[in-house]
Amino acid sequence: MLRLIPILFCFVIAIGAASPAKAAEGEHPPHLHWSFQGMFGSYDKAALQRGYKVYSQVCAACHSMDRVYYRNLTALGYSEAEVKAIAAGFTVTDGPNDEGDMFERPARPSDHMVNPFPNKEAAVYANNGAFPPDMSLLAKARHGGANYIFGVMTGYEEPPVDAELLPGQYWNRYMPGHVIAMAPPLSDGMVSYEDGSPETVAQYASDVAHFLSWASEPTLESRKRTGFKALLFLLVFAGVMYATKKKIWANAH
Amino acid sequence: MASGERASFKNPVVNWIDERLPVFTLMNKEYGVFPTPRNFNYFWNFGAIAMVMLVLMLVTGIVLAMHYTPHADHAFGSVERIMRDVNWGWMIRYLHMNGASFFFIAVYIHIFRGMYYGSYKKPRELLWIFGVLIFLLMMATAFMGYTLPWSQMGGWAATVITNLFSAIPLIGGPLVELLWGGFSVDNPTLNRFFALHYLLPFVIFAVVFLHVWALHITGSNNPLGIEPKGKQDTLPFHPYYTAKDTFGLSIFLILYLLVSFYAPNMFAHPDHFVEFNPMQTPPHIVPEWYFLPFYAILRAITFDIGIPFTEIVFIPAKLGGVIAMFGAVAMLFIMPWLDTHPVKSARFRPQYKLFLLLLVVDFLILGYVGMEPADAMLFGSIKLLYLGQLCTAYYFAYFIVILPWLSRTEKALPLPSSISEAVLNKHKAKPSPEAAA
Ligand code: HEC
Ligand code: HEM
Repeated sequence: MLRLIPILFCFVIAIGAASPAKAAEGEHPPHLHWSFQGMFGSYDKAALQRGYKVYSQVCAACHSMDRVYYRNLTALGYSEAEVKAIAAGFTVTDGPNDEGDMFERPARPSDHMVNPFPNKEAAVYANNGAFPPDMSLLAKARHGGANYIFGVMTGYEEPPVDAELLPGQYWNRYMPGHVIAMAPPLSDGMVSYEDGSPETVAQYASDVAHFLSWASEPTLESRKRTGFKALLFLLVFAGVMYATKKKIWANAH
Repeated sequence: MASGERASFKNPVVNWIDERLPVFTLMNKEYGVFPTPRNFNYFWNFGAIAMVMLVLMLVTGIVLAMHYTPHADHAFGSVERIMRDVNWGWMIRYLHMNGASFFFIAVYIHIFRGMYYGSYKKPRELLWIFGVLIFLLMMATAFMGYTLPWSQMGGWAATVITNLFSAIPLIGGPLVELLWGGFSVDNPTLNRFFALHYLLPFVIFAVVFLHVWALHITGSNNPLGIEPKGKQDTLPFHPYYTAKDTFGLSIFLILYLLVSFYAPNMFAHPDHFVEFNPMQTPPHIVPEWYFLPFYAILRAITFDIGIPFTEIVFIPAKLGGVIAMFGAVAMLFIMPWLDTHPVKSARFRPQYKLFLLLLVVDFLILGYVGMEPADAMLFGSIKLLYLGQLCTAYYFAYFIVILPWLSRTEKALPLPSSISEAVLNKHKAKPSPEAAA
C-alpha cells in the first residue's frame, strides 16, 4: 500500500505543475463566497433572477449574450409562461416571408437573447472604439471568473496623477492594465429589487456576476450531481477491487 | 501469432469459434495464463491505464465528432452547442478535454517507470521505440485537437507552433503553407487538423498493438530488472494482474472524474473560451501543460550558432530551438544505445538513480519555465530564461554525457539471484545476510 504514495505524489506534482492560472497585470480581485462553489454547490435562483434583471436592464444595452436562449431562463426559476412573456418583450427580425420581405416579430423562447447592436462595427462605433465582449462565456473567459466580474464592477477609482487617460477611458483596480473603456455601469438604486435585497452597487455586482457564471456554465448543477454518483460508484468499486485483489494475492506472497 | 497449441474450452460455442479462428486461445495465451513477473509494483499499472484512456478518448471523440462542425465560422459555436444543448454533451466534452490531460499523466508516469527500471534496455529496445512513437503521435493528436474548438488560445498556439516549421531550411516555407492550406491559420487549416485529429488516434491504436505484441515477445520487465528464470518467478496474468490493474485503474479514474466533474477547466486557460481572432494576439500564449517542458526547451535557444566573432551563422536561433525541441524527444528514441550499463533497475544503480531523479526535477522546472512569459524574472532579478537554458543543458547532458559515462564507470550493487528469492526475503522479518552481501 505504501507504494501508492509516490504515485499519488506524482499526480500532485503533475497537477501542480499544470495549473496555468496566472493573472495579468491587474490586481487579484477579492474572493467572495459563491453558492455554486464546492462539491455540492448550486446556483441561488433568487440571485440569478436579480442578476438577470441587472443584466437585462443595464448590461444588455451594450453587451450581447447570443449563446443563451430565452428558453434557458426557466433554469432561473421562471415558468414557461413567464419566459414567453420575457421573450415577447423583445423584437427580432425574421424572414423572408412568402412575399420575400424581412419582417419584425416579438421574440420567442427559442430565440437567442437579442443583440443590442446589428453588428460588431456598430457596437464598436457606439462605444468609443471599444468592443463590449459577448457575455455568454465571460465568466469563464477571464481569470478569476465571478470574482473578477464583481471586482471590475466595484473597482472604479480615481486614476493616479501620472496616468494619462483618453476621453471615454476609466481607471479600474482589477482590469488588466487598469484602463477600461466602459463607464462605471452601476450606481446605487438604479435597478429596483422586489425581494428586499439592498439596491447597492455591491449587491448588483455580486448578483450579475452570479448570473453571468450561470450563463457561462449552465450545466454546473447536473455536472456535480452526476459526478457525485459516478464517484460514489467508483469508490465502492475500488473498495471491492481492493478486497478482491488482496484475496487473490493472499497465497502469492 | 496464434498457431500452435490450441486451448480447449468447455463452452461449445466458444470451442466452435476457436476451432475456426483461435481468438480465445490467443486471449488465453496473452492475457490469461501469460507468465508475468510476480513482483510488479503499482508503477506497472500505467500501461493498462493508458490503454483504457486511449479507448475513452476514441469513444468520447467519436461522439463529439457527431456534433462538431469543422468550419472556422461554426466550430466555436458548435462546441458551445455541445456544452449547452446536446444531451450529456458537457460530460462528453469535459471527459475528452480532461481525458487528454490524464492520458498524458498516465503516459508520463509510464515513461518514467521505463526509465527508472531500465525497461528500454536489451531485449526491449524496439518495444521502447514503439512507446516513444506513441508519445510523439499523442502530442501531434493533442496539438491538433486543441485547435478544433477554434478558440483564441487554440488558434494562436497552432499559429505559433506551425510557424516554427518555417525555420527549416529550403522546405520550411512550403511545409508551413501545406500545414495551413493557405497563408495563415484559417478554415483550411481547421479542416485538415480535424481530419488528422480523427485519423491519428487510430494510428496510435495500431502502434499500441505493435507495442503490446513486442511486449509479449520479450515479456515484462520488473522492479528488480532481472529476467524471470522459471515458473517460481512469475504468476499468470489472470487473475493476479487483472485484479491489480483493475484496482489501480479505479483509483486513477477517481482522480480523473474528480477533475472532470468538479474542476473541469483546471487545465484550461481562460482564452480557450474566447473565439479565435486572427487579428488580435493574446498577451501571453501558452501551450497545454503537457507540452510546457518542450516549449521551454524551444525557447531556451535564443542565440545563433556559428563561428564566433564572425558573421557566419550555421544555425539561426529559431532553427536551433526547433532542433532542440525535437532533439529532446529524439533522445528518448536513442536512449537504449546511450545507456549500455548491463544492470537495468535503478534500485541497484545509486548514481543512475540520483541523476534520473534530478532529471525529473529538471523536467518539472522546465515545465514551470515554459508556463511563464518569455521575459519573466526569477526573484525579480535573474532572467528566468537562464534557468530554462540551464535545465535544457542538463536535459541533454543527462542523455549525451551522463548516461554513456555511467555506463562505463558505475559499479552496481549486487543483484539478487532471482525474483522469487528476493520476494521471499522481503517477507521475512529481516533480509538474510547472504542477500545483503
Ligand atoms: C455603455 C455600454 C456598456 C454597458 C451598459 C456595460 N458595459 Fe461592460 N463593457 C463595455 C465596453 C465598451 C467594454 C470594453 C472595455 C474595454 O475593452 O476596455 C466592456 C467591458 C466589460 C467587461 C470586460 C473587461 C475585460 O476583462 O475585458 C466586463 C466584465 C463588463 N464589461 C461587465 C459589464 C457588466 C456586468 C455590465 C452591466 C452591469 C456592463 N458591463 C455594462 C460597455 C458597456
Ligand atoms: C489519442 C487520443 C486523443 C487525444 C489525445 C485527443 C485530444 C484532444 C484535445 C486536447 C482536444 C481539445 C479539447 C478542448 O479543449 O475542448 C480535442 C478535441 C476534439 N477531439 Fe480529440 N483527442 C483524441 C482522440 C479523438 C478521437 C478518436 C476523435 C474522434 C473523431 C476526437 C474528436 C475530437 C473533437 C470533435 C474535438 C473538438 C471538440 C472539443 O473541443 O470538445 N478526438 N481532442
